Amino acid sequence: MTVAVIDYGAGNLKSAAKALSYAATETGDEVVITADADVIRKADRIVLPGVGAFAECKRGLEALDGGIAAMREAVLEKGRPILGICVGMQLLATVGVEYGEHAGLDWIKGRVVKLTPDDPSLKIPQMGWNNLNLKRPHPIFDGLESGVHAYFVHSYHFIADDARDVLADVDYGGKVTAAIGRGNIVGVQFHPEKSQAVGLRLLGNFLRWRP
Amino acid sequence: MLKMRVIPCLDVKDGRVVNGVNFVNLVDAGDPVEQAKIYDAAGADELTFLDITASSDNRDTLYDVVSKTAEACFMPLTVGGGVRKSEDIRKLLLAGADKVSINTAAVKNPDFVKEAAQKFGDQCIVVSIDAKETAPGKFEIFTHGGREPTGIDAVAFAKRMAANGAGELLVTSMDRDGTKKGYNIPLTRAIADAVSVPVIASGGVGSLDDLVAGIRDGHATAVLAASIFHFGTFTIGQAKAHMLAAGLSMRP
Repeated sequence: MTVAVIDYGAGNLKSAAKALSYAATETGDEVVITADADVIRKADRIVLPGVGAFAECKRGLEALDGGIAAMREAVLEKGRPILGICVGMQLLATVGVEYGEHAGLDWIKGRVVKLTPDDPSLKIPQMGWNNLNLKRPHPIFDGLESGVHAYFVHSYHFIADDARDVLADVDYGGKVTAAIGRGNIVGVQFHPEKSQAVGLRLLGNFLRWRP
Repeated sequence: MLKMRVIPCLDVKDGRVVNGVNFVNLVDAGDPVEQAKIYDAAGADELTFLDITASSDNRDTLYDVVSKTAEACFMPLTVGGGVRKSEDIRKLLLAGADKVSINTAAVKNPDFVKEAAQKFGDQCIVVSIDAKETAPGKFEIFTHGGREPTGIDAVAFAKRMAANGAGELLVTSMDRDGTKKGYNIPLTRAIADAVSVPVIASGGVGSLDDLVAGIRDGHATAVLAASIFHFGTFTIGQAKAHMLAAGLSMRP
């Protein structure tokens, strides 16, 4: 099985690919970093990493020749599992408002808006480890329970139109969406590739997931 | 709830770990990748490499160390030291660093930070501020390992760096570094209270109470230490347990 990590110029895709490759030693999957629409179209799974600003990442994705069309075919038509990480998760939304309004992929309805913690002493970005509240059971959380810690770095967060799409949240001066999912699509705001054992477990779960 | 972070720092020279008292009298003490694995297993919340390699000829040893560490440790890794241009940042990120800390280059050219944040994202740009208390409550930026004064006010500089897109500030008290007398709390607090981005306290840790003070009194959200961990005075676990007992929110 091939896992395509989409290379659209986002900073940390090497980290994501290394952690996936580590998790894949158990499942035997082949992890490829690719910008090639053909490879994306044929992949068994897709990982959309991302750091930086929403618009910049969207532009990078659009710059891949046929990349979005290939993702759409694999994910929406063939039902291949996709995992969005951080801004890669945010790109699944309808719209992002970082540096102006920008359309996302609109695969999970929602808006990506600035964090506004109700405690003014809380810093932006949220940077560090926060404990997940799991809202709905999902195969990517197999073997993980509410209370496990994951590593976050973000200033914007996903407000889902349908609360049932929120798989997990964290408390950061109010509820902040930590994971979303609908059908064969999942996204996590935190960085599993940086979340030590918890993150590797989640990545392994994603590789084993048969939606 | 977000947890406070404990960040061990490894000083790396020519691909080897060293540790300094006031940045001189270096003692070679180990392989950085092995050290990183130990900290990873011990529950460190992040890891920082500070490259102090003098010769640019040996710079490639750092990329190799970063790459090997990123293959073995799945935790946030910040790399600093000698970061002067966009190309340096790009190479470190590609090697597997998550964040890059900029020190002298930010002082010399504050717009470099803006440029870097726009290009690579705020979240991966840490500005490292080395300051000395030149008069009570007056903090000045120093460069070149604390040897060169700049006349720049540290708090004003910190604000400017945050405005330029630094995602985090690493605040090192150069008059405390290596002394084991504790962080310079007035410095840490003056900067932490002046900016909206997270601040890491650094320089001078001798006891576990110093770590608590950095957060409770200095208003930092992360504490960095090198020698107390590196020479085994305390373990990461002891540090976190002590901070938890003091009422701080910590990841087990």
